[in-house]
Amino acid sequence: MLALAENQPAPAKLGPQAVPAPSIIRMEEVRKVYDTGKVKLEALKGVNLDVTKGEFLAIVGPSGSGKSTLMNLIGCLDTATSGRYVLGGDDVSRVTRDQLAEIRNRRVGFVFQSFNLLPHISAAENVEMPLVFGGVPVKKRRDRSRELLERVGLGDRMDHKPTELSGGQMQRVAIARALAMEPDVVLADEPTGNLDTSAGGDIMALFQELWRGGSTLVVITHDPSLAKRAGRVVEVRDGRIVSDERTENRPG
Amino acid sequence: MDTFKDVLRQLLRDVRSQKLRTFLTVFGIVWGTVAVTLLLAFGTGLKKQLIKKTAGLGDRIVIAWPGLTSMPWEGLGKGRRIRLNEDDIEALRKETPNLKAISSEYQTSMKLNYGTKTIAIDVSGVSPEFCDMRNLIPAEGGRFLNPLDMDRQRRVLFLGNEMAKSVFGTENAVGKTVLLGGSPFLIIGTLEPKEQDSSYSGRDNEKGFIPGTTFRALTGRKWLNNIVFQSQTALLNEQVSDSILKGLAHRRKFSPEDKEALSLWDTNEQFAFFEVFMLAFTGFLGIMGCLTLVVGGIGVSNIMNVVVEERTKEIGVKMALGAKARYVLSGILLETLCVTAIGGLIGFAVSLGICAVFPQFGLTEFVGEPKVSPAVAAITIGILGVIGLIAGWFPAREAASLDPVVAMKL
Repeated sequence: MLALAENQPAPAKLGPQAVPAPSIIRMEEVRKVYDTGKVKLEALKGVNLDVTKGEFLAIVGPSGSGKSTLMNLIGCLDTATSGRYVLGGDDVSRVTRDQLAEIRNRRVGFVFQSFNLLPHISAAENVEMPLVFGGVPVKKRRDRSRELLERVGLGDRMDHKPTELSGGQMQRVAIARALAMEPDVVLADEPTGNLDTSAGGDIMALFQELWRGGSTLVVITHDPSLAKRAGRVVEVRDGRIVSDERTENRPG
Repeated sequence: MDTFKDVLRQLLRDVRSQKLRTFLTVFGIVWGTVAVTLLLAFGTGLKKQLIKKTAGLGDRIVIAWPGLTSMPWEGLGKGRRIRLNEDDIEALRKETPNLKAISSEYQTSMKLNYGTKTIAIDVSGVSPEFCDMRNLIPAEGGRFLNPLDMDRQRRVLFLGNEMAKSVFGTENAVGKTVLLGGSPFLIIGTLEPKEQDSSYSGRDNEKGFIPGTTFRALTGRKWLNNIVFQSQTALLNEQVSDSILKGLAHRRKFSPEDKEALSLWDTNEQFAFFEVFMLAFTGFLGIMGCLTLVVGGIGVSNIMNVVVEERTKEIGVKMALGAKARYVLSGILLETLCVTAIGGLIGFAVSLGICAVFPQFGLTEFVGEPKVSPAVAAITIGILGVIGLIAGWFPAREAASLDPVVAMKL
């Protein structure tokens, strides 16, 4: 069902007989200190994290635990104060602003709690947005946005403005947008946080489907029902990873 | 291309949602553009008019009047009256290098009779060279005095256009005979109307011109009133004036240093003065206009700051999706330039409209015809471009330096 599945190797099987899959995210002793002049706030105090291709990782933890900081670092919205971060084989610990923008464009697909769609343009144009920044030609952009919106079940809503869509539909547009550049990782921040139970369920099902299609997913969430569906749950507390457990879940 | 389409769309959206704000912003630029172009256009028109009016007196001529000596010379006392006649003119014509044309001028007031009308008229006895030197251009159907008129002392009259109007009304004056000081004169031509703001013996359009030979025979006068001469080029005026002064000093025995024995008026100095004066004046007007435009630019910059603030979240999202600083910067900059360009275009249209309508107010004789010359247009476009760039640069830089994490949370 997912077009992407054909281009990508089968998701890694976990367990004793697992074939070692290539690492997508590798963090070594990553620290992040916010220096506000007088007060120095250490948000991350040495995080080590390794995510392989095709994993569905949930990051959980109370607010103020540093998980938002971790998400910003994983998504290359920010750089670490120290430590090493390798994304898809490239060291991105110390790069310029423009290089960060390019990495976000090509390697990370964002899904936000508040959708963050541009309200003035159609669903299709929202999906095309990363393709515009990636320099994809118009014709290709059109085809790609149509294909993706059909995939998330919004083929008939292409020309609707976000304000004409329900919350669940908006989040599906956002997911289509996140997939536009075929990123190494889809990074979602509380994707069901602003949705009612049924719409949230739809989105969770969609993530499940993406996982089955071979996408690497990192979801930051408070929602236990979403975390429960992940293949691996990492708990962050006080700037450190305090637990890292694999669940029984499998993409299939 | 995408950026540009994006910018246009943003602009249209802003125009739709913030009508008053956009109007005020554009108005600031329109106002400034109108100020710059109109001030410069009026400056250009005024300069042309001044030059034209000055040329009404003559084409860069020098006028010389004999006067009283103010220094003793070769045993002769001061306060002696210097008098000149046709022999002096002939000598100067032969001896002065780089002289293009020279003519004596005799003046008197006469009575002119036509039918029942009697009018007092200032009459000058001159030679045919006067035509070109003093820009006495005959209206169609007439001519100026010619050498034959001079040789034969013909009683022919060239009449100023205003004088012709007061004597003949709408009738054609050429070919009519009038009495001038009791003698019949044939009118051979009238003056083509011209602008003239300086003169030394009344404006040409109220005067009559007859051959110098006729004048002398009729009045019995021997001594001329003044000399008018022209050099090969205006740059030689000073040198030629000097030669003439020396020549006459030698012939009439006065000191060549004596400024009062022969007063000289080089009208080219007036042209040169106007050049400098108008350059300064136009510069002044231009600066005033520019300041108005700068104020408009500050308005645009403020509005763009507000726009950036309003769009902070949107910019943050775009950055998260991979928009580089360059994209954000050029977007805002382009939008500012668009606003400036639109304001500038409207301003140009308004200015051109005003310039087109202005001649109907009948003030052109005093201030000339305002004209948006290519130079004025180029200067205005240049200033608009610079102002647009500066006005856009600061808000654009602020937008480009936003932190996407912070911007998205707003």
